[in-house]
Parts: sequence; structure tokens; C-alpha cells
Amino acid sequence: MQIYLPIAEMSVNAFLILGMGGAVGLLSGMFGVGGGFLMTPLLIFVGVPPAVAVGTEANQIVASSVSGVFAHMRRGNVDLKMGAVLTVGGFLGSGIGVWVFSILRGLGQIELAISLSYVIFLGIIGALMLWESLPGVISRRKNAPSLSPNARGAGRHTWIHGLPFKMRFTRSRLYISAVVPFGIGFVVGVLAAIMGVGGGFIMVPAMIYLIGMPTQVVIGTSLFQIIFVTANTTFLQATINQTVDVILAILLLIGAVIGAQIGARIASRMKSVQLRSLLALIVLGVALRLAFDLVATPGDLFRLGAEVPE
Amino acid sequence: MTGFRSFAIVAAIVSIGGGSARAQEPALVADVSEHLVAITSGFTGKEVLLFGSTDGPGDIAVVVKGPTGDETVRKKTRFGPIWINSDSVTFRDVPSFYRIASSRPLEEFAPEALLSRFQIGEEYLRLETEGENPEPARVSEFRDALIRIKTKDRLYDESLGAVNMMSNRLFRTSLFFPANVPTGTYFVEVYLFRNGSVASAEIVPFNISKIGFGADVYDFAHRFSWIYGLLAIALAVGAGWVAGALFKRS
Repeated sequence: MQIYLPIAEMSVNAFLILGMGGAVGLLSGMFGVGGGFLMTPLLIFVGVPPAVAVGTEANQIVASSVSGVFAHMRRGNVDLKMGAVLTVGGFLGSGIGVWVFSILRGLGQIELAISLSYVIFLGIIGALMLWESLPGVISRRKNAPSLSPNARGAGRHTWIHGLPFKMRFTRSRLYISAVVPFGIGFVVGVLAAIMGVGGGFIMVPAMIYLIGMPTQVVIGTSLFQIIFVTANTTFLQATINQTVDVILAILLLIGAVIGAQIGARIASRMKSVQLRSLLALIVLGVALRLAFDLVATPGDLFRLGAEVPE
Repeated sequence: MTGFRSFAIVAAIVSIGGGSARAQEPALVADVSEHLVAITSGFTGKEVLLFGSTDGPGDIAVVVKGPTGDETVRKKTRFGPIWINSDSVTFRDVPSFYRIASSRPLEEFAPEALLSRFQIGEEYLRLETEGENPEPARVSEFRDALIRIKTKDRLYDESLGAVNMMSNRLFRTSLFFPANVPTGTYFVEVYLFRNGSVASAEIVPFNISKIGFGADVYDFAHRFSWIYGLLAIALAVGAGWVAGALFKRS
């Protein structure tokens, strides 16, 4: 069944998009990630203009984050104060990100910027995750518990604790400078706008390793923040670049909701180490595929670009 | 812009031709079978019939031009290990669609000077570059690329379409518009050649536009972009809410 996407200005097979939403939803249910980092490149592979893929994916992540945050709210795993500080940084970051996006688009470099950010961030994170899931690393971890992400306290006093504007975050049991979460929110906001992702895959490690938040509040708080940042991105992409395709977003959403249900059930039957290494391999695979496209000699050196804005 | 410019030239010729011929019987009459081609959600391309009559023997050349706009052609070069867009040339008033058809091969009845003057044939398309004039070799490289890409997208066609003549009086040709055809006002320029000069000419305009739900969404997204943005967010929050509630039950 062919369906016309009014903003992307192309016809796609509705079942293909539903299937893609389902597959990415399956992974996001299995691994607890938003899946934007997989969906945006997939959309580009099937021929959706990169700018529309990014804008639309932000819209879809709003929905998946809203549906995910409820479960965490009920269990009290959302640090609202931390979320608010991250959101302020994220708003500023995504605003600047959309602005940069529109400049790069005019310069004809947006596809390069999207691909490069993906290759760099997915490459680093995939490699780190794969390293962590290696059997040798895990057994060393068990012998040296002080290296585990939850280890905090008196012994771990870094430059981060010397920053001004200290705030108390009761839920996270932290008394740290607000500059740190603000800065993290800002950086992730910029990336979210340019890459069309929620940024959970950067935010979650940053919250654990840089802020030192307890793992159980990390996912809920990051989802909470992602809702606002992606909503802001959606609005800005819609008003500045007109690149949000609601028809495409709805199709992706339906597939993703169903996929996530199945994914969550599969995940409960797998060991977490297996899950992590599998996700790491998928992340690295996407990074390598995009890196190949950047390095390979293009079929035609010339292409028509967007008009240079006034 | 180009459409109007050539319209002015053709209008001038029509008035000259009209002066020499009998005023009540025009030398050339042409029309298309559809003046509005609608792009709906199931649009897969459309054939439009161009037909007309002449006041005697002659040759017909037809030029179809889509709405004009600026086109930027970018060239990738190797930068370290990766390929990046490094050079670009912007052409002004490029027809988004361009196709020609004629009753015989053009060189058999039309002198080069006239083909060039009326821009009949891709090689005669006047594509002016934006800004200061760069070196001609570079421009022609980018110009070739523009035409090559447009041809690959089936918006330009080098091959000459056939115009069928019947008893030196009636002519017809079918014009095909592919699924990715740009919307806007199209001009079909019809030229009647006789003894190596243009005896008469006519321009038939028609519209290609999007119609239906998709068109309304596109229009809304561009005209009321901030309302569209807010609706998109509201839709996503609502859908997420519903999904969350379903998830809780299972």
C-alpha cells in the first residue's frame, strides 16, 4: 500500500514504514533506548530527505518518551529537579542546534554533519559498550567494585565538585553544581537537533559517569528531559525548516508501540550481558555503514542541493 | 520569470505573423487536453495531449517548460579520507521541467540561430549563474551536471518527442509528466517553422498542482508552521499517553 508523505514529498510503502517502526520499537523495548539513532539513518536509507528524517524523528521520540516516562514516574524514578535543570540546558542547546542545522543546510553540509556526528558518537559509544561487555572486563569489574558507576562519596572528589551554583538534588542524593547537568543538557540538546535523536544514548552514560546519579533514576529522568527537548526540537524544525512530516511520524509510532511491547518480553528472557553486547554490535554496525558512505567514492560527484537561504 | 520573458518574445512574433496573414484566420492554433493536472495521493504520472492546427504545410516544434527557480549544483571532492561538498554553482531561473518535441529532426527545418533564440533544445537553454561570472569551463561542467541530474530524475529529456502531422493541417503530440513532476504553472511553447523561419508561435499555459489531504497538510505546514508544530507535539504526546496506558494494562 503506497502512501504519500506530504512533507517528504514522496510515496512510500506504508508496511515498510510500519515494519521499520516495529523493528526499531522491538530494539528499544529490548534495550531501553529511544531508537532515534537507528531510525533516522534507516529513514535516510529508504530515501527520506535527511532533513525530514531528523525533524520527523524528533516528533516520534516525543511520543515514545511520553509512553515510557509513566512507568518510571509511578516507581518514583524521576528526579524532577535534575530533569528541570537538564531541560533548561537542553532547550538552549536544541535552539542553537536547529539554528546550526538550518545554516548547514544552506551551505550544503547538513548531510555531512549528520553522518559525521553519527559515525563519531555511535562509534565511541558502541566501542565502549562492547568493551564493557567483554568477559574479561566483567570479571575484573566484579573483583574491583570501586570502579562500578554507582561508587560515589568522599573518595571521589574531582574538579566537577569545585564548580559554583551548587544545588541539592534530593531524589538523586546529590549536592553538586547545577553547571554540570546544565552543560550536559545543552550538549545533548545540540546533538539531538542535528542528529534527530533523543540523545538518551549520550545522556545516560553522562548522567552515570559525569554527574554520578544512581542508575535507577537515570533512565526515568533522561526520558523526562527528552520529552521537552524533542518537543522543542519538533516545534523549531516545524517553524524554521518545515521538515516535520506528521503522516510519517504517525506510521512510525504505530509500528514502534507494537514493537516495543514484543521487545520488552524478549528482553525479560535474555541475560543483560547478552543484551548489551548485541546492542553494541548494532550500534557499531550503523556507525560502520555510515562511515563507509562517507569514504566510498560517490557514483556522481555532483548533486542538486537546497537553495542557499537569503 | 523566463516564462514571461519568452512569452513577450513569442507575443511579439505572433503580432508580426498576424500582420502578414489574414487577421481572422490565425496561422497556428494549439491547446492541451487538460489545463489542470492534479497530483493526488496515488499520482503515478500523467499523459497530456497537445493538439492544434496550422494554416498549411510547415514544421512544428514544441517546448514544455516547468516553473523556474534557482538551482544549486554541488560538487564533492575528497577531503582527507571523506568526500564532502566543496564547490557549488547556483543557476538562476532554471526550468524545473524541460522537454521538446518536433515533427522532424530540428536541424532539418530550423536554423541554429532561431533554435538558440527561442531556447529550443537543452544545449540552447540560457542558464545564468548567480553572482560574478566564474570561468566558463567550470560553469559548463556544473551545467552538464545539472542537466544530467535532471535527466536522471526524468524531468529533462534529451530525446526528441514526436509531433504527428496530419494532412499538413492538424498536429498532435502526447506529453508525459512523471510522478515526481514539480507543481506550478507550465508553459507549452508551440512554434510553426516555414522556410527556415518562425511563421507563427503560441504559448499554452496549464497548471500542475497538488490536490487532496496531502496538499492540505503541506500547505498548512508552510503557512501556519507554528500551529502545525504545536499540533505535531500534541499528537505525539496524546499517542504516547495512549500507548503508555495500554502498556500499563498488559
